[in-house]
Formats: sequence, structure tokens, C-alpha cells
Amino acid sequence: MIQVENLTKRYGATIAVTNLDFRVEKGEVLGFLGPNGAGKTTTMKMLTCYLPPTAGTAKVCGFDILDQSMEVRKRIGYLPERNPLYEDMTVHGYLDFVAHVKGVRPSARRGAVDRAIERCGLEQVPRRTIGKLSKGYQQRVGIAQATLNDPEILILDEPTLGLDPKQIIEIRQLIRDLGGEKTVILSSHILPEVSQVCNRVIIINHGELVAADTPENLRSRLTTSSVVRVALRDAGDALARAKRAIAEIDGVIAAREIPPAHGIGAFRVECAPERDLREEIARALVAGGLPLLELYREELSLEEIFLQLVTEEVS
Amino acid sequence: MGKLAAIYRKELQHYFQSTIAYVMIGSFLALSGYFFFSIFRYYNYLSYQYNNYLSNQAPGSGSYPGDTLNLIEGVMRPLMGNMSVVLLFVLPLLTMRLLAEERKQGTFELLLTYPLSDLAAVMGKYLAALTVCAAMIAGTLLYPAMLAIFSNPEPGPIITSYFGLFLMGTSFIAIGIFFSSITTSQIVAGAATFGVSLFFLVIGWASPFAGPTLAKVIAQFSLLDHYDSFSKGIISLPDVTYYVFLTAFFLFMTLRSLESSHWRS
Repeated sequence: MIQVENLTKRYGATIAVTNLDFRVEKGEVLGFLGPNGAGKTTTMKMLTCYLPPTAGTAKVCGFDILDQSMEVRKRIGYLPERNPLYEDMTVHGYLDFVAHVKGVRPSARRGAVDRAIERCGLEQVPRRTIGKLSKGYQQRVGIAQATLNDPEILILDEPTLGLDPKQIIEIRQLIRDLGGEKTVILSSHILPEVSQVCNRVIIINHGELVAADTPENLRSRLTTSSVVRVALRDAGDALARAKRAIAEIDGVIAAREIPPAHGIGAFRVECAPERDLREEIARALVAGGLPLLELYREELSLEEIFLQLVTEEVS
Repeated sequence: MGKLAAIYRKELQHYFQSTIAYVMIGSFLALSGYFFFSIFRYYNYLSYQYNNYLSNQAPGSGSYPGDTLNLIEGVMRPLMGNMSVVLLFVLPLLTMRLLAEERKQGTFELLLTYPLSDLAAVMGKYLAALTVCAAMIAGTLLYPAMLAIFSNPEPGPIITSYFGLFLMGTSFIAIGIFFSSITTSQIVAGAATFGVSLFFLVIGWASPFAGPTLAKVIAQFSLLDHYDSFSKGIISLPDVTYYVFLTAFFLFMTLRSLESSHWRS
């Protein structure tokens, strides 16, 4: 559905996005992840034909974003970052206006507006003025205008920004529901959101693609660092002895002590890559008669993966 | 066309659902009403004096200095001149928000990602402002109507001078929408529109001090000089062309400026 090739955007000397390459297949929900200022919004603006790229191209449904911008724009629903809306219009009036501007046929207009209202759960407020609605409802209106006229592709820039937790869950559910029938690209810097909603994640940083995979694959690909976490009761010299015992095991690179709390001390044991030393560690500690409480291999959360990727990029 | 109409309706709705249109039209009518009143009182005074003068003259003693005393020269021309200045003050306030507000709030970005041409967006907004301007001007038709009840002014010059005022409005609004397109600050857009419009209005004042060739060039740029013939009841092609060209030029510049905002921002 979307093919991005060597997409580059420079603002004067500042590089916003460089040589971005990715594809999105039909029906996919793609998460666009990166710290603030990574180039997420710029990429989205280029895909929606608002900004022309400095170099490279992108094709949306087979149409070039530069040469066939009208065709692209007919097939895209866009929710910009700050969800700009005409606050003095009513929900229904606004969506009707959007239907006109998107060129919905007069006979289909009423149906399209009603469907958008229903799909986004706005049945309670169609006659209310947008500016007086809660932020959650305003976000729904934003998504409603994006989905109006059933575009094949939805591009949502930080759709849950500034919402309360309940609203966030509702909006995520809405996006998941849309995901089945439409191709969705959403940007976020909230990682759990991406892992919950998206089939695939693209991480960008400083305008460059850092990683692209499913959330699960990303996690498994990056858990090779194999850190084992060990917890012991903090009794007498147990911690010091444990540290020595662990350090003697073949393959251990370092054992970092975590300050004891509530009578429990812990270590993060960094092992040689691709080696699972859990057995050896357990055996050594038990042999030393040490009060072992817990032992498990640490899995990196998506946050840590993200930080790892992003900091690698910096160094 | 349907899309242009949608933009047009939205803008018009904005003008009339908020207080903008009412305040603008109201103050314009109040001011022009005041001008009509004072100009008419002065005319009244003049014609009274003129009658005294006539009755003191011996019959058949040749031409009178009061020959030019008629409603067109005495009331309508000064009134329309004053109204054009009031228009100059009011229209920048009407046009300053057209694009600047939407660009600042980000709604314009969204609008440009719809399958909608820049031309339709600009013309929809332009025509909405022009409609408010036309309503404003049409409200003042009351004054010549009152003249027609109590006297019989020539209809020709009234019609042409209204046509000329409307043309002047089209130019002011085009200048306004252009400045609204180059900034996200409504104040800047309004002030710049006012400055440039006023400049076009008064540039003719410089012609007496310029050399003969330059004076002619300057006069060609002046909004007021081109308005003159309309107020006398003449629709001349060069004058109509001037306003149409000025309007088209600034609308064209607006479209260029929008296009450049695609690649500049």
C-alpha cells in the first residue's frame, strides 16, 4: 500500500529525515516510534502530500506523492499532531463540511457522516460545538474526519497525546478496530501503546531508520545481551560471598550490585553474549550455602530496546 | 465547485455565527450614516444660501456660481469618497483572519491534505469576505434611496459609483487575503493590509510633486484616481481593468505564497 524509497527532507542545513526506506502492506497497523524531533511528523507530512520531500519518493496505493498528489490525498485520512479542528462548528456541521471538501457524492454524504459519527462513538454529541467538547471527544472528532469517506489509509500522528488513561484505552481500541479494514500508520513515543496496537514497528531516530520489525521480534532480537538477575537474603556477609562466587563463574563479565532494600540484596549479572548461565549461577550459590531467593533472565522491555537503539545511534 | 462552495459556506457561517460580520457591518453603516448626515446637512445649508443668492439676483443676469449644485456632486460624491476610506479601515479586519488564523491553528495543514485545490480554498474564502463586503456596501443604498424619495438624483452616477466602490472592495480584500497568507499573525496581516491599501489609496497625492512623466505613472497606481470616473457616472475600461488587475495580482500572489509554504515550512 505504501512504499517509501530513500525519502529525505532537509530544512536548510537541518536534516529532518534521511534515506527512509520502508513498506506498509494492506491491513497492517504500523507504529512509528522515535523520540521527539526524530522526524516522525515530517515523514507523515510528506506521506500526506503536505510537505514535498527534498529527495526520494513515496508511493501511496501506487500513486506518487509528488506527481499524483490529488489521487494520494483522496485515499488518505490524516489526523495531524495537535488535532486541529474548527472549534466554533458543531460536530455534525464540521463532518458535513469535511464530506463536502473531500468530495463525497451528495447522495452518499449523509451516510458517510452518520457512519463516521457512529464508528467514532459520537452519537451523543453531534449537535455540540466542538470547542466545548472534552479532549477525548475532540480526538474522536479528529479521527472521525480522518475516517470520513473510508480512505484506504489512515495516518494518525500521536493519536493519544494529552488524553486521560481511560480515553487512551478507548482511542486505542478504536484504532485496533479500524486496523482490520484499513492500513494504519500511527506515530507515538509511548511504547506500550505501540506494542499493544501495532503489528509492526519502525523506530526512527535523528531522521534515520534504526529498526523495523514486529514488536515481538524486536524484543527477542535484542535480548541476546543475557542479563541474569539474582536476589539473595541480605544476611551477614552473604552478599559479599555471593559476589565472589558469581565472579568466579566462567562466562560472567560483571556482576553489578543493586543496593539492598528490605533485607534483600540483588545482582545484575552480565553474561557473555549468547550464553545462558542460569544453571551455573544457581549451582555456585547453592554450593556456597547462600540464601538464594530469586533467579531469572531479564527480558528487555520495549522501553529498554528503544533506549538501547536510540542511544546506540547517538554514540 | 462543490468544494469551493463548502469553503465559502464555512467562512460565511464563521462571519455570521460569530459577531464579526455584525460588528463590521454595523460600524460601517454607523460611520457612513454619520457621514451621510453631516454631508447632507452641509448640502442643505449650501442650497439654502444658494436660494438666498438667487432671490437677490436680478432675473436674467447670466450664469450662477451654483450651477454645480446637485445631489450627485453635493452629496453622493463626497459620501462615496468617505465610504471608500471607511472601507479601507474595516476590510483589513475582515480579511486578516482568513488564512492566518487557520495556519496558526493548524487547520489549514489538514485542509491542504484533503483532495482540494489551493485555488478552491482561496477563492472560497475570498468570495465569503467579498459577500460580507457587498452586504456592507448594499446597506448604504438606503442613503441614495432616501435622496430619491425627497428629490430626484440621477440614477446613473449612483449605480456606477456603487459599482466602483464594490470594485475597490474586491481589491482591498485581495490585498488582505494575500497578507493573511504570508503570516500566521492576524495583527501583522491586518496592519500590512491596511498599510498597503492606504498606500495605494493616497499614492496619487504625490503626483503634483513629481515630474510630468512620473506623475502620470503615479496617478495610474492610485486607487482614488481610478475611482474618480465611477463617481462621475462613467465606467471606463482602463479603470475597471485597474481594479480587476490589482485583485487578480494579489490573488495570484496568494496562491504562490501558499505553494511556497509547502516547500518552505
